[in-house]
Amino acid sequence: MSTINKTDTPAKTVIETAGMDAHYGERQVLHDINLSVGEGEIMVIMGGSGSGKSTLLKHLLGLQRPSAGSIELLGQDICGLSRKQMLALRRNMGVAFQGGALLSSMTVGDNVKLPLRENTKLDENTISIMARLKLELMNLAGFEDLMPSELSGGMLKRAGLARAVIMDPKVLFFDEPSAGLDPVTSVELDELILQLRAALNMTMVIVTHELESAFKIADRITVLFDGKIAAIGTVEEIKQSSDERIQNLIKRKPRDKSVDADAYLQRLTAGGRK
Amino acid sequence: MPESSAVSDKNTPIGIAVLPARLGRFVIDWISGVGRANVFLVMCLSRLFFMPFPFREFIKQINFVGVRTLLVLLIAGLFTGMVVALQFYDTLVRFGSVDLLGSAVALSLIRELGPVMAALMVIARVGSATCAEIGIMRNEQQFDALECMAIDVYRYLMLPRLLAAIIALPMLTALFDLVGIGGGYVVGVLIHGESAGAYVNGLIDTVTLNDVMMGVIKSLVFGVIIMWTALYKGFNVHLNQKLSGAEGVSHATTSAVVLSAIVMLSFDFIIGSLML
Repeated sequence: MSTINKTDTPAKTVIETAGMDAHYGERQVLHDINLSVGEGEIMVIMGGSGSGKSTLLKHLLGLQRPSAGSIELLGQDICGLSRKQMLALRRNMGVAFQGGALLSSMTVGDNVKLPLRENTKLDENTISIMARLKLELMNLAGFEDLMPSELSGGMLKRAGLARAVIMDPKVLFFDEPSAGLDPVTSVELDELILQLRAALNMTMVIVTHELESAFKIADRITVLFDGKIAAIGTVEEIKQSSDERIQNLIKRKPRDKSVDADAYLQRLTAGGRK
Repeated sequence: MPESSAVSDKNTPIGIAVLPARLGRFVIDWISGVGRANVFLVMCLSRLFFMPFPFREFIKQINFVGVRTLLVLLIAGLFTGMVVALQFYDTLVRFGSVDLLGSAVALSLIRELGPVMAALMVIARVGSATCAEIGIMRNEQQFDALECMAIDVYRYLMLPRLLAAIIALPMLTALFDLVGIGGGYVVGVLIHGESAGAYVNGLIDTVTLNDVMMGVIKSLVFGVIIMWTALYKGFNVHLNQKLSGAEGVSHATTSAVVLSAIVMLSFDFIIGSLML
């Protein structure tokens, strides 16, 4: 199915981070992230809640600056770019947000057309055809004139994806494609992602905590724990990993919590965190 | 990234040191807030020189700020004019100078009540709605989405709203004045039977270009203040670490309304004292 030899790192790197750290105030949330994603590759970033995967995504998108290290996107170090250069680089990136993040003041059609209207000089007729094409691809034909508030969660996600790919970006970032969706819709969305890659050879970075979906779509998986990379590898390598935490994640085993009876009692009686 | 507080948890003051520490924190927060708000305004206005100008959004906002405020504004204008005439008539009758009614109503409306009342109506209808809208957009990651689509948020969302307020408010104020003077006519001439000629001529004789200019300048400045506050408060709703989500938006909206009303009234005094 995949055009890429999964065991080798593909020749051309599209995303590369080196020694990246990130802080929220004084709290360090990402530690020494070294990641590289090749052209046409689907990289899934996995991890539990609070593992830092959303923060990592925000940094890769250039929405936040790392406190140390570098991030290279399509050969450019995004930390050193001016605002104008960043905007130019972003024309090659598509981002599908968790809840779709459609602008609530305009129709679904206008939302999908927005990047073309703002970033290209195409005429309105061409823009309409391109938007309809992408909506059709996402099974959303005929929903153009509805407002985002009239769509279901799954439809919002697909509309967000249609908007993300309208400019035919080289890299697509997708935040939690299956979160909050019913199993059937979730599988459909996974199929859609694979179709997109097959058709357009897009590089994709997908953040998810849904194992099934991750194993189905990923070329390689990065597993994050407490802001550190626990493992990077193909689906098979991750499944056979000897790391106990990864096995727990795969087997959905709850984390071991050693209970300190004294501390527990103290917390209860004091009513506060230690 | 969240704001770092002026006093960290490690060196929280105790005892009597609490008061000056709180005062210091308040002053630092206030000054940095004013600084950020000014940077925000400069960022918005600098987008005047960026291409392309979001014409579609601008027209939509002119419609929202101007056209859709019109009805409520005209009703308010009519009653304000009528009540001003009522009060002036009662006072002027005691001095036997009812002839001055037209000029008194016109001057108080054009110089003072028109700009202030129109601004208050716009704060209530547009300022609050804009702040809530922008705040919710922030919460729903819509700004991140715009940024990622290579669309400059200041150029695309902030500038058209700011310009719409700057353009629409003077026009709304002018209409408010006009309807208010009409309301004064209804009370003075139609109800109390004063001469129509005296009302209109008094008005024409006394009102100078300077009076009109004062009204226009005030409403221009008020337009900036109202929209600037609403946009800034909504845009930075995520910086509030204590309140988030719906509560954060509601708090931002309330504080935008209160702040813009207070700043608007203080600038009303400053402009008035400079121009009189």
